[in-house]
Amino acid sequence: MALIDRHYVRKLPATWWLRKPTYLVFMLRELTSVFVVAYAVFLMVMIGRADEAGSFAGLFDALDSPLGLVVHLIVLAVLLFHTITWINLTPKVVVLFRDDEQVDPRLVAGANYVGWVVASVVVAWLVLR
Amino acid sequence: MDVPVHDVLIVGGGGAGLRAAIAIAEENPEITVAVISKVYPMRSHTVAAEGGAAAVIKGNDSLDDHAYDTISGSDWLADQDAVEVLVSEAPGEMIQMEHWGCPWSREPEGEVAVRPFGGMQTERTWYAADKTGFHMLHTLFQTSLKFDSIVRYDEWFVTGLVVEDGRPQGVTAIELKSGEVHAIGAKAVILCTGGAGRVYPFTTNSAIKTGDGMALAYRAGVPLKDMEFVQYHPTGLPGTGILITEAARGEGGILVNRDGYRYLQDYDLGEPLDLDDPLHPQKRTMELGPRDRLSQAFIHERAQGRTIDGPHGDYVNLDLTHLGERTITRKIPMVRELAVRYVGVDPVTEPIPVRTVVHYMMGGIDTDVEARTLLPGLFAAGECACVSVNGANRLGSNSLTELLVYGRRAARSAAQFVGEAPDVSLATLRTEQEAARQRISDWLSTGSSGDDTVAGLRSILNDTLEEGAGIFRDESSLQRACDGIRDLKQRFEKVRLTDTSATFNYELTAALELENMLDVGEAIAHSALARTESRGSHQRTDHPERDDERFLNHSLAYQTDREPRIDYRDVVITRWPPGKRTYGTD
Amino acid sequence: MAPTDTDPGTRPVVLDVFRFLPDAETEPRFQRYEIPYQDDHVVLDALNHVKNEVDATLSFRWACRMGVCGSCGMMVNGEPRLTCEVFVSEYYPEPIRIEPLAHFPVARDLVINMEDFMEKLPTVTPWLVPADPKPVEEGEFLQSPAQLAAYKRFSMCINCMLCYSACPVYGLDDTFMGPAALALAQRYNMDSRDGAKAERANVVTSHEGIWECTYVGDCTRVCPKEVDPAGAIQMAKLSYATDWVKSMLLPGANR
Repeated sequence: MALIDRHYVRKLPATWWLRKPTYLVFMLRELTSVFVVAYAVFLMVMIGRADEAGSFAGLFDALDSPLGLVVHLIVLAVLLFHTITWINLTPKVVVLFRDDEQVDPRLVAGANYVGWVVASVVVAWLVLR
Repeated sequence: MDVPVHDVLIVGGGGAGLRAAIAIAEENPEITVAVISKVYPMRSHTVAAEGGAAAVIKGNDSLDDHAYDTISGSDWLADQDAVEVLVSEAPGEMIQMEHWGCPWSREPEGEVAVRPFGGMQTERTWYAADKTGFHMLHTLFQTSLKFDSIVRYDEWFVTGLVVEDGRPQGVTAIELKSGEVHAIGAKAVILCTGGAGRVYPFTTNSAIKTGDGMALAYRAGVPLKDMEFVQYHPTGLPGTGILITEAARGEGGILVNRDGYRYLQDYDLGEPLDLDDPLHPQKRTMELGPRDRLSQAFIHERAQGRTIDGPHGDYVNLDLTHLGERTITRKIPMVRELAVRYVGVDPVTEPIPVRTVVHYMMGGIDTDVEARTLLPGLFAAGECACVSVNGANRLGSNSLTELLVYGRRAARSAAQFVGEAPDVSLATLRTEQEAARQRISDWLSTGSSGDDTVAGLRSILNDTLEEGAGIFRDESSLQRACDGIRDLKQRFEKVRLTDTSATFNYELTAALELENMLDVGEAIAHSALARTESRGSHQRTDHPERDDERFLNHSLAYQTDREPRIDYRDVVITRWPPGKRTYGTD
Repeated sequence: MAPTDTDPGTRPVVLDVFRFLPDAETEPRFQRYEIPYQDDHVVLDALNHVKNEVDATLSFRWACRMGVCGSCGMMVNGEPRLTCEVFVSEYYPEPIRIEPLAHFPVARDLVINMEDFMEKLPTVTPWLVPADPKPVEEGEFLQSPAQLAAYKRFSMCINCMLCYSACPVYGLDDTFMGPAALALAQRYNMDSRDGAKAERANVVTSHEGIWECTYVGDCTRVCPKEVDPAGAIQMAKLSYATDWVKSMLLPGANR
C-alpha cells in the first residue's frame, strides 16, 4: 500500500490466490501440472527399467504395497483434477461455428472427454491384455 | 502549465466529435486537432444508441424517399437543403464506417443488412444487432487511435468558451484528476457535446447529457434553435427510463393497452394487419409511425384510463412474444437483456412494460449546412447542433447518420476556417484562465454556506420542465416553467457546495452542469411559450393546429440579461412544399 | 409508524464505501452509509442516493446506467461488477462493501486511474487494416454472417476494466497488456476484412502480451458483456503458434 503521485496503490499480497475460489482452482491446476510431469518421468523411468529386466512383473511387484497404492490414488486424483479442469477449458480455444451459430461448447469439451476415455481404454487394453 | 494551442479544438468525444477529429486527421493532416471531453470518449452517449442508422443503400430505395420521409416526419420544419445533404452523404459515410470495421449485421451473401424503422417508407436502417451506437462509437474511437496527431484531453470539463475579436480563441477547462483550471487555445472550436435530456426527470439519456455545449454557445451569443422540440420516445422502461429500441417494432413488435388492444389504430396511424400477415409490420403505419405521434397516443390512452397502472406510473405493453426466441436473440438481443435484467420480463414469453420517455433534442445550436454557427470559427455537429434536419420531430435512425455527415462537414468547415484565421490571443486566454480559476476557487471556498443543494435544484428543474413543457403544453404551464426557471437561476447563485477537494470533484462538475441545464431549460421553455401552434413534438393544447402562415420557421433563442429574446428564421423549402402529414394511408 | 427490524424492506441498506481523498488523506478509510431500501435499486442507484441526499462529497464515475458505457465498474463485496447491473437486493440486508476496481491506482474514493489501459490500447493496432483496401465509392466489403459471428463477441468489449480487476497477472505485474486490449487485437485478427495480424504480432506476442497470460480465466467469468477475453487470448496463442510452426516448416511462405 503506498501513495504514488497522489494515487493510492494497492499491492497484491503473496496470498492473493487464496482470495477467490477461481484463483485457487487455477493455482491447484498449475500445481497439479508438476505432478503430471513428475509421474510421467517416474513412469518412463520404470518402464525403461522394466525393459532392461524384460518384463513388467518386477515393476508391478515393486508397486504392490499399501504405500504404492496410496501414492497412486493420490496421483490419480491429482491427474483427474488436472485433466478435467484442462478439458473444461478447451472450448475456449476451440470455438466452432455451424454457419453463424456457435457449436455448443459442451460438445467440444464432450469430444475431448470421449477422446480421453477411448485413449485410456486402448492403453488399458494394451497393458492388461 | 502553459497554454497549449491547437488549430481545431473539438469539445465532446462522442460520435460527432470523433468523426470530426478523424476527418481532420485524415483529410487535413497539416492541421493540429484536439478532442476535449468530460468523459473518456467511449463513455459518450452515442454508445447507448440501439436500433440503427439510416442510409439509402438498396435498389428498392431512393434518396428522395429518404428525404421525403425525413421532411414529413419533421412536420415540414426541417431545412430541406440540410436534409438533402444528409441523405445524399449518408451512404458514403456508412460505407466508410464499414471500411473502418464497424460490425454491421449482414445479409446471407455478405451485403450489409437493413431493417424498417418508424416513419420510413422503406427499410433503410443499417444496424449492428441492437447495439448500433455502441459499435459505431467504438469503431470511431478505435479508428481515431490510428492518428497520433489527434490530441485528447480525456476527463476535462470545459467551463467556458473564450471569445475575442468576434471569434473563439479556445476554452477554459478543469482537468478533473488534478482540479487545475487550464486554458486551451484554438483557432476554431467544434461543439459536439450531445443533447440535454437530463433537464427532464425521466429520460433515456445518460447522466452526462446536460446540454453543456448548447449553454457554451448560448452564453457566447449564438442562438439556440427550435429548442421547444423535445422528442419523447414511446418505449422506455418504467422506473429507469432505459430505452427499448424502435427496432423491436421494426422487427414486428406491437403496442397494446390494458385490454390487449392495438390502440394506435385509434390515432390516425392506419389499420393493423394480422401478425402473421407477411406485410406486417407495415411501414409508416401503426407501430412504425413516428415517435411524436406514438408518444402523444400514449398520453391520450392514459387520459382515457386504458393504460396499465404500475409502481412507476402508467404503462402500456410492447408485445414481442409472436416474434419467437430466434428472432429476438439474433436481431434484438439487448432488448431481451435489458428487459430481463431491469424489469424481470423475458420478452420471448411476456410483453415488456413501456412508457414515454424524453429521448432527444431536435433543437440545438443554430448551424447552417456547413455546420457553421453565427460566430465565425465556432462550429457544431451532432445532437447539440440544430442544422436542422430533424425539424419538429426526428425519425429514428437519422441521428447516428446526422452525426457522421455533419461531424465530417464541421471538420471540413473548421479546417477551411483555420487556413485564414489569425493566431489566437494568448493574453486573452491567460486572462480568461485566471478568471475561471478565481471563480472556481471562490465558489469552493464560500459554497458550503449556500441554501440549496445541486441535486435538490436539479430535481426541481426536472419537475418544472416536465410539468410545464412536457408532451402537451399550454400558455399557463409554459409560463409557470419560465417563472420557475428564473427563480431557480436566482437560487443557483447561492447553491451549496460541500466538496472542497480538487481531485475528481464531481459535485463541482454537477453544479456546472446544472448551470448549463438552467440555460438550456430557459431556452426550451421560452421558445415553447412563443410558438403558439402545434407541430410535431410541440403540442400546444391551447393552439392545437399547425400554423404554416406564422410558424413555418425556426425559433432562435438569444440569451440576454433578462429573458431570452426569441427570433425566427424561415424554413428552407427546396422541393417538398408543406403538406398534410399522413401515416397509414400513403 | 416506526419501522421495525422484522419488516422486510424497512431495514436500511448498509453501504460500506471506500473513501480516499488525496487532497487531505494518505490512507483510505471505509465510510458507512445507511439508506432506505428499494427492491428495484441497483448499487449505482444506492450510491446516487448517497451522493444526492446524504453526502455530496462521494466521488464515482457513471453515465448510462444501462450497462453499455462502461463507466461504473467497482468492487462489490470483493467482486468486480458494473454497479448499474447489480441489484441491492442481491445482498440485502447484509452490508454491501464497495471499493474501487482492484489492481488500479485509486485517484479518489471509487475513481480509479485507468490511463495505463488507455496507453496500452493503441499499441495493439485496435482498428481495421483492410487486407484488400478499396475506395468508399466501390461499396462495402462483403462479410458473411458466419464471418461476422467468428469475431463478433470479441467486439462487444465496453472497456469497463472489470477484467483487469479480475486478472491476478495484471495485479502482480501491470506491464501485462491485459485481457481487454488483447481481446480487441484478436477481434481484428479474426475479422475477415483485416490483414494486419502479422503487424500486431510485435506487441501481441511480446513478453507482455498473450504469453504472459497464464489462463486463470477470471476475466471471462467477470466480463459483463460475455466477451470471453480469456478465450480470445488462448485463440491468439494457438493462432500465432500455428503461424510460427508454418513459418518454420515452410520458410518464406505467406502467412
